[in-house]
Amino acid sequence: MNALTERFRRKWAAERAQAAFLALADGAVFRGVAFGARKDALGEAVFNTGMTGYQEILTDPSYAGQFVVLTAPEIGNYGCNPEDAESRALFLSGLVVRNVNPPSNFRAAESLGETLLRGGRPGIYGVDTRALTLHLRDHGAQRAYLHVEDAPLDEAEAIRRAREWPGLDGQDYAARVSAPEPYVWNAEGRFRVTVYDFGVKRNILRRLAAEGCRVEVTPAATPAAEVLARRPDGVFLSNGPADPAAVTYAQEAVRELLAARVPLMGICLGHQLLGLACGARCERLPFGHHGCNHPVKNLLDGTVAITSQNHNYALGALPDCLEQTHVNLNDGTCEGIRHRALPAFAVQFHPEAAPGPREAQSLFRSFTALMEARQ
Amino acid sequence: MPKRTDIRKILLIGSGPIVIGQGCEFDYSGTQACKALRADGYEVVLVNSNPATIMTDPATADRTYVEPLTPESLEAIIARERPDALLPTLGGQTALNLAMALFRGGVLGRYGVEMIGANAASIDRAEDRQKFKEAMLAIGLDVPKSGSAHTLAEARAVAAQIASWPLIVRPGFTLGGTGGGIAQGPDDFDRVAQAGLDASPTSEILIEESLLGWKEFEMEVVCDRKGNAVIVCSIENLDPMGVHTGDSVTVAPIQTLSDAEYQAMRDDSFAVMRAIGIATGGSNVQWAVDPKTGRRVIIEMNPRVSRSSALASKATGFPIAKIAARLAVGHTLDELRNDITGTTPASFEPALDYVVVKAPRFTFEKFHGADDTLGTQMKSVGEAMAIGRTFQEALQKALRSLETGRAGFGADGRDAFAELPDDALAAALARPTAERLFQIHEALRRGWAVERLHALTAIDPYFLRHLQELALYEDEIAAARTPEALAADPARLRQAKAFGFSDRQIAHLLGADEAAVAAARRAAGVLPGYGLVDTCAGEFAARTPYYYASYTLPQSPLPPSGKPAILIIGGGPNRIGQGIEFDYCCCQAAYALRGLGYRVVMANSNPETVSTDYDTSDALYFEPLTLEDIVALYERERCVGAIVQFGGQTPLNLAQSLKAAGLTILGTSPDDIDLAEDRDRFKRLADAIGILQPPSGIAHSAEDALAIADAIGYPVLVRPSFVLGGRGMVIVHRREDLDALARQAVAIAEGKPILIDRFLENAIELDVDSVTDGEGRTVVGAILEHVEPAGVHSGDAACVTPPLSLDPETLARIRAYAEAFARALRVRGLMNLQLAVRGRDIFMIEVNPRASRTVPFVSKAIGVSLAAVAARVMVGQTLAEAGLPAERVPRHFAAKEAVFPFARFPGADVALTPEMKSTGEVMGHAPTVGLAYLKSQLAAGANLPFPSPERPHPTLLLALADADKAAGVAAAKRLAALGYRFVATRGTATALWRAGLRPAACFRLAEGSPNALDLLREGALHWVVNTAGTGADPNEDALRIRSAALLRGLPVTTVLQGFLAAVEGIEENLRQAPPPPVPLQELHT
Repeated sequence: MNALTERFRRKWAAERAQAAFLALADGAVFRGVAFGARKDALGEAVFNTGMTGYQEILTDPSYAGQFVVLTAPEIGNYGCNPEDAESRALFLSGLVVRNVNPPSNFRAAESLGETLLRGGRPGIYGVDTRALTLHLRDHGAQRAYLHVEDAPLDEAEAIRRAREWPGLDGQDYAARVSAPEPYVWNAEGRFRVTVYDFGVKRNILRRLAAEGCRVEVTPAATPAAEVLARRPDGVFLSNGPADPAAVTYAQEAVRELLAARVPLMGICLGHQLLGLACGARCERLPFGHHGCNHPVKNLLDGTVAITSQNHNYALGALPDCLEQTHVNLNDGTCEGIRHRALPAFAVQFHPEAAPGPREAQSLFRSFTALMEARQ
Repeated sequence: MPKRTDIRKILLIGSGPIVIGQGCEFDYSGTQACKALRADGYEVVLVNSNPATIMTDPATADRTYVEPLTPESLEAIIARERPDALLPTLGGQTALNLAMALFRGGVLGRYGVEMIGANAASIDRAEDRQKFKEAMLAIGLDVPKSGSAHTLAEARAVAAQIASWPLIVRPGFTLGGTGGGIAQGPDDFDRVAQAGLDASPTSEILIEESLLGWKEFEMEVVCDRKGNAVIVCSIENLDPMGVHTGDSVTVAPIQTLSDAEYQAMRDDSFAVMRAIGIATGGSNVQWAVDPKTGRRVIIEMNPRVSRSSALASKATGFPIAKIAARLAVGHTLDELRNDITGTTPASFEPALDYVVVKAPRFTFEKFHGADDTLGTQMKSVGEAMAIGRTFQEALQKALRSLETGRAGFGADGRDAFAELPDDALAAALARPTAERLFQIHEALRRGWAVERLHALTAIDPYFLRHLQELALYEDEIAAARTPEALAADPARLRQAKAFGFSDRQIAHLLGADEAAVAAARRAAGVLPGYGLVDTCAGEFAARTPYYYASYTLPQSPLPPSGKPAILIIGGGPNRIGQGIEFDYCCCQAAYALRGLGYRVVMANSNPETVSTDYDTSDALYFEPLTLEDIVALYERERCVGAIVQFGGQTPLNLAQSLKAAGLTILGTSPDDIDLAEDRDRFKRLADAIGILQPPSGIAHSAEDALAIADAIGYPVLVRPSFVLGGRGMVIVHRREDLDALARQAVAIAEGKPILIDRFLENAIELDVDSVTDGEGRTVVGAILEHVEPAGVHSGDAACVTPPLSLDPETLARIRAYAEAFARALRVRGLMNLQLAVRGRDIFMIEVNPRASRTVPFVSKAIGVSLAAVAARVMVGQTLAEAGLPAERVPRHFAAKEAVFPFARFPGADVALTPEMKSTGEVMGHAPTVGLAYLKSQLAAGANLPFPSPERPHPTLLLALADADKAAGVAAAKRLAALGYRFVATRGTATALWRAGLRPAACFRLAEGSPNALDLLREGALHWVVNTAGTGADPNEDALRIRSAALLRGLPVTTVLQGFLAAVEGIEENLRQAPPPPVPLQELHT
């Protein structure tokens, strides 16, 4: 028997055995086959409906503390490459997929499995991701334990560990993923912009640079005074993981920045922080928005954009000082706000795309316009 | 709602007869558009010449014109209806071209009709190759490098400018690309370029950069008037560039592009729409990507809904045509609901959590001598789509959905390439054909590496690796040795099923039979689960029950519907002999049964159809139509019965095994259906009824056939039993030809007997469609008289109703026979009789207790849907209750004509034979039979010449068989009186001289010039009437002349009766102005 056949036989045997599993806190267990790093992990299980972009998802710091279930069934097809990484590392707890394939694309530098292994993150494939998705849709995002190690583990024990895990609510994950030290992304540009790194994606930095910004990145916990001391033309509040309510220091910083009337733009967690700083309420969504196909209507001009989304919390009731600018047409949730008196706005979705549609990228130009008006 | 209130009446143009490249997908899109526009309060005027469509059912539009799709005919309709707007983007290329002709001819301007959905300028920009190329370059897109040349020196300059090899050379103005070629490098460029220049009548060649082997992608775009745009579906072709996308296996969504590459293509697709200036609606953009560098060039865009948009709608649940129609009248995407979820808007992009595979269906076996290499011209006649959770599962399902006898990706005992030596297999793989996937299967079984197959086929390794795994997994199944042992290891059995292996494949690998595998599988509790096509990958609850099966999904019981469920089994992929006519029947049955309070469950695998619209039934199953797949969904739905009468041969072939598996078959019982196919039993029955039958016999071998033919006398009609569309049917005049032809028929019959009938020469053939209720009452829907004599397949023959040449006594006898057969076969529902009448004798040719191809035509001719009536009687209504208390006498004559794909298959004979070759049909109706027939000819695209000031003397080439000379010459005299002139070869010329006509003589081809081919080339002929040398024994001259005429777009008439009817129509048409067109709604009230 040749090596190829032998490799396939081992694969098929593993797929029949389904030794790995994802155990949810509510007792549901979904079995599959381990790939990537063989290291058990804890996290919150969410599903993402995008049909492309697994590499961007792996490297998006906003997924810290989460297992991402991809609803697209054939994954790994185009491999991974250095250009498409959205950050310096892999942040999610683990990846859950139906099928994993070797790469076939001229840009592929390594396979999905190799990327996970190198990034030290576990994966599980062969999972009935549709059943898991429907479960999460109907019962909400769940704390979960992923078992991929060779040493056997009782399902009941895994469920117990999932239940004991504190989850993401009330947790400050931004501090865990933020850059430890300030750094300069690009040194040239008309506008001097400081980016608060709560878990920033590189494409935000690329977009800002493309719009003529000189971009400096600063850690999540940087006091506002320190940022203001650099006399930025604008401050950008990045995306990031977990619960905005837990990042109280950042809310305080935003209030100080607003008071200083420095132009502000926020995305995702940054949007929630701007809202909270102004007195808005923030609520947990049942299973969040994670995907590339959500229609968002711009209430100012009536246009509809198909957007990239990745969040578990959303702003609820807004204070009088904030105006809602965008709405999600699927469920009516708030997708964008602006301050009625101050030069500050934010969106819940991801205009920087990567992954997902790029049609809302002009929002970065709105930011430079705000800065231009102040100059 | 900001829909437009300044327009009230909208004209919609259908796509006409089914032809290759334009199938029933436009019936689906047009029907959706009619429903959507009427629901929005508009009055819809519909024009389509194709009576087999669901859209031409009088209930679909407000005013339905079954009229030729010509500018003249459209102008008459516009003059009568005065519509405010014309929506041209839902009827394929036909509607678009016709709308442009009406625009350019000033008709739209004259009557104040606004084009909506797309305007003339943008259509022109998308359709004109040069303007399109300029528009694309202007927005910075890459296009294939090309240039044209008139001399070798110019050609060399173009090649130097393109600066990459290989180069494609296409000569201008040659048919079927003859004279073109590929130059691999400078060494052979001069030779290829010179050959192209020589072949082109204008000495013009197009030299183009070769994209052979590049990856091919499609994006389905929908946009609204506010500029909002979405990608409904992305599609990747498994077959790389070089094979027409209609002939490619295609996969949705795109599999091998990263997000960055996908989003760039998405952005550019929108940019293309905007550059072309598409106002609203659906369009499709095609791209090619160099797999080595990622360089991407645009191939084309269609500014209208297309075959791909029908596929995209079925693949995603997003109804493109329906939405496009509503956008055309001013709605915006965010105002429209997503029907599937009911809660989210239409301004979104469907997310798929499954894989869709479309596979093309070919019928090369019908066109002997045609080249089966797949290229840039589409040759497939239909397609099947399948949905699975993985590519592998979807591909296996798609291949068994094709109903070509394959049970999946090989492993079914039908692999034909085991004997090919390696080098021959490699050569075969390098040439794309319908069989290539199975050749890949053979190569993979031989252990060939993916890299080697990629080098030979250019198919992406992503797909090849999946195929490799399937081919190697066969051993894993075979190792179990028996079904019981396999079922004892349920994990392995589940795995095999998850890979998409059918029970039949597993049975083959285990050397067992399918029933044993199914039994063991069910005993082990291994059953499929069902996924929803929900547009959103499960993110929102879906309320529209549109399902696919997968063995990777858990079984999920259905909530009780409170209604009895009835399964209607559809017709599967279109093919010659089984197409839209049967989809019409299935849809009519579905509407009728839903009206009676049943839960209608539809199963079908054809994405082009209306039956697979989620609106048509209460539950839609997009599944292969095989025993295994149907039993599973029937049981899940807890159906009370299944209907097999309406879907053509596909469900009928399954009827007995479905019954054996415990399904209840509604209507005529499978035993009685079989009786009609069983020659021995049927002969006894016909004898008992007392009807004549041509002397006949049943043969199991060529030797039997010879003995029978000797006994009954020549000519004989040879046909295999249990086949569709007269496959393998042939008339044999001489004993020396019979041996070979009978051997062929035995092979086609695959173990079933072949039938040898004495052929009835010069008989009139009839089709009779009737319905019988549970009380045994039979009502004839219509009796159709064929224009061509017996011997031409009924699907290919033109026919008229009411019949012309039969006296009341004969008609009464025919009705009595219909009643007698219906009683004897215990028919409940539809029955079709084929009879031949010669003098006072009525012969029985065939009885089929099921829907026939002519049911939709008859329904439109008499104004009652026979299929709906049949569905109602099958669930217990009487004919009176069901809406057909008695035979109806229509006010008009209706003529049907068939449409043929010969131009696609150069080399195949265009003559009509007992083997069906047509792909579609048209209908003409008028107060007189001559006009009705003439309309059917015009509708079929036969450009019959009329005398005009520019051309006062249209010229016919007349070559009549001896038997036809008397009548043919008489008709020619009548034409001569109208100004027509004639060219004839020796025999016919003599006959014309004797009748006082003065034809120009021409030589036989071998005798020299001027011969008919020379005259055709010079454009001196306008109509070829050639009844000599047809049949099983065509003469070489006749064959070449007919083919040449057809390729030049000239009308070709090959039977005398067709010529006589056309002459009658021409006379009537010239005698007085034709009566104004009448919509079906007025005709039948």
